[in-house]
Amino acid sequence: MLQPFRVCIGFPENRDPLFGPMLWPELDRPAVTAGLLPLPTEIPMSAHPEGETPRGLSRRPVELVTAAILIGLAFVVLWDSYGRGAGWDNGPQNGFFPARVGWLFLAASLFILVQSFRTENSVFVTFEQLGQVSRVLGPLVLFVALIQPLGLYVAASIFILVFMAVVATSRWWSIVLTAILVPIVCFWIFEQQFRVPLPKGPLEAMLGY
Amino acid sequence: MEDLSSLIAGFQVALSWHNVGFMVIGVVLGIIVGVLPGLGGPNGVAILLPLTFGMDPTSAIILLSSIYWGALFGGAITSILFNIPGEAWSVATTFDGYPMAVQGKAAEALTAAFTASFIGALSGVILITFVAPLVASFALRFGPAEFFAVFLLTFCSFIGMGRENRAKILASLCIGFLLAAVGLDSISGDLRMTFGSTELMRGFDFLIVVIGLFGVSEILLTVEEGLVFKGKQATIDLKVVLRTWAGLPRYWATLVRSSLVGMWMGVTPGGAIAASFMGYGLAKRFSRRGANFGKGEIEGVLAPETAAHAAGTSALLPMLALGIPGSATAAVLLGGLLVWGLQPGPMLFVEQKDFVWGLIASMYLGNLAGLIIVLATVPLFAAIMRIPFSFVAPVILIVCAIGAYTISNSIFDIWLMLIFGIIGYVFKKLDYPLAPLVLALVLGDRAEDAFRQALLGSGGSLGVFFANGLVTTLVALAMILLFWGPVSDLIGAARRRSGRAGKAAEAAE
Repeated sequence: MLQPFRVCIGFPENRDPLFGPMLWPELDRPAVTAGLLPLPTEIPMSAHPEGETPRGLSRRPVELVTAAILIGLAFVVLWDSYGRGAGWDNGPQNGFFPARVGWLFLAASLFILVQSFRTENSVFVTFEQLGQVSRVLGPLVLFVALIQPLGLYVAASIFILVFMAVVATSRWWSIVLTAILVPIVCFWIFEQQFRVPLPKGPLEAMLGY
Repeated sequence: MEDLSSLIAGFQVALSWHNVGFMVIGVVLGIIVGVLPGLGGPNGVAILLPLTFGMDPTSAIILLSSIYWGALFGGAITSILFNIPGEAWSVATTFDGYPMAVQGKAAEALTAAFTASFIGALSGVILITFVAPLVASFALRFGPAEFFAVFLLTFCSFIGMGRENRAKILASLCIGFLLAAVGLDSISGDLRMTFGSTELMRGFDFLIVVIGLFGVSEILLTVEEGLVFKGKQATIDLKVVLRTWAGLPRYWATLVRSSLVGMWMGVTPGGAIAASFMGYGLAKRFSRRGANFGKGEIEGVLAPETAAHAAGTSALLPMLALGIPGSATAAVLLGGLLVWGLQPGPMLFVEQKDFVWGLIASMYLGNLAGLIIVLATVPLFAAIMRIPFSFVAPVILIVCAIGAYTISNSIFDIWLMLIFGIIGYVFKKLDYPLAPLVLALVLGDRAEDAFRQALLGSGGSLGVFFANGLVTTLVALAMILLFWGPVSDLIGAARRRSGRAGKAAEAAE
C-alpha cells in the first residue's frame, strides 16, 4: 500500500518509522521520480528490493555543517555587538540584547554540534531526491533572476515553460497554454483588481503599461 | 454584561454584507490553501496580507482569520482522503480518518472531522469571549518588566513543551531574535548587523521569512517525495451528515475532554500539535473502544480534531489580549495588526472595541460558515488534489514571489524568500522547528524594548524581574515550564533504568 506522507514540522518520532526503510524504497521508484505526476496505475514493487538503502547524502555531515554555520553566525553577531558596544552607558547599549542572545545562540549551536557526532547516520537526502529538488530550484532561480530585466509576468511565463519542460509530463500545448494564461490571470488580479504594481519589463512597456 | 453588549455590537459589524462576503471568500481561499501542498495557514495568510493593506482593518482581519479557519478545515480533507496531513496538527487525524476512508466511510469521517473542528473552534472562541477581556484588563497593570516576563514565559514554554530537540528549539528562537535585531534600532537609532549593506537596513520582514520558510521549502519537500496522490473518493450528502450528527452525542465525554485539553494547550504557545496528540492519546485510553483505535474508529477522528482546533483558536487569545501569538499563523495575523497601526495587547480592548468584538463575532460566524461551506464542497476540493503537481507547483511559487515582492516593492525580497526557502528545507529535514523562529522574529523588537526599558528603570539590576509578586510569579512559571520537559525526560529515563521499562512503555502509549 502506498502511503505518501508529507513531512510535518516537529514530529520526528512519527516521521522516522514511516519514512524509514519501509517507505523510501517505494518513493524513489524511477517512475515516480521521473515525473511529478500521480501514478496512473500500480507500479510493481520490485523496483527497489526491500532492505536496500538508497544512496545519498548522509545526515551527519549536513548536521555538522549546519551547526558549524550557526556557530560562525553566532561569532559574527558577538563581534558586531561588542564592536558597537554591548555594555552599559546610561542604559543598555544597542548591542546589549543581541550580544546576550548571541551567547545563548553560541551555546545552543555548540551543543547541537556535539550532539550531531552522536546521532545515528542515516541518509539525509538521496541523490534522486536531490535531483528532483534541483529540477524545481533551477528554474526557480532562473525565474527570480529574470524578474529584474524582463518583468515578473514574462519571467513567470518562462519559468512555467522551463519547469514543465524539465518535468516533461505534460503535452506541449498544455504547457504553452499554462505559460500564457497564468501570467494573464495574475495580471488581471493584481494590476487590475487589487491595483498592486508588480515589476514590469520591456514587453509591458511595449503594450503601454 | 458590558462585554455581552459589545459582542452583540460586534455581530452587527461582522454581519454587514461585505464582511460576510469576505468571510465566505476567506473560508474558500483558506480551504484551497489548506488542501494544496506548499501553502499552509501561516504562508497563505502571509501572501494575502499585502493585498489587504488598502482595506479597512476590520474587514481585512475578518478575511485573513477566515483564511485561517478555512485552512484548519482543509487540513482534515487531505488527512482523511489522501492520508497526507495538510498541517502538523492533522497528523493524528490520519490515524483513524484514513482507515475509515479505506473502509468506504469517508463521508462519515469527514463529517465527524468537520463537526469536531467546529466544536473545538467554538469552545476556543467562547474561551476568548469570556477570558480575553479579563486577561486584557489584568494586563493593563503590566509594566515593561511584567511584559518581558510574559515574553519569557512564551519562549520558555516553547522550549519546555516542545517535542523537538531542545537545543534546536533554542537555536531557532535565537535566530529569530537576531534576525529581528538586524537593521535600524528603534531606541538608539543606530544600524545593527547590516555590515554596510543598504538592503539590510530595512531589516528582515517576517512575512518574507514566513513565505520562504513555510511556502518555498514546503514545495521543495513535496517534490522530493515524488508526490504520489492516491486519494479516496467522497461525496457527502445530507443523510450521512444527519446520521453522523445523531451519533455524536454518545461521544460527548471525548468532545469535552479534547476541548479542554485544546483550550489549555492553545493558550500556552506551540500547543496545537501537542494538543491533537494528547486528545487522541487520552481518548484512546479512556474510550471503551480504545482497542479499535487506529483501525477506523470515529472517536479517533473526533478527539484530535476537536483538540487541535480548540488549540488553534485559543492561540488567538494571548495574541489579542497580550499581543503574544500562540502559533505561527497567529504571529502573521499579529504582524498584520501592526501594519494596520493597531497595537495588539491590552490597550486594544480599550481603544479599538469595535475592531476586537467585530473580530470575535466573526470567529463565531466564520467557523459556522466554514462548516457549511466545507460540508457542501468537499468533492470540489478533493478534485484540486488531482490537478497534476507540475501545474500547481509553478503557480504556487509565482504567487509566493508576488507575495514577497508586494510587501515592500523590492526584488531583493524575492531573493531573500528564495534563500529562506532553502534554509527552511534544510531546517525541516534536520528537525529544527520553524514556528519559534517566526515567533521570535515577530516579537523580537518588542521583547527587546521591554527588556531594555525594564533594565533602564532599575538601573541595570536584574532584581526588577523579582521586584513584586506578579512578575516573580510569571518568571517562576516560565522557569517551571522551561525545566518541565528536561526534568520529566530525566524522570522517565531514570524510571526506565530501574527496570520498569515495560510499564513505562505501556503508560507512554
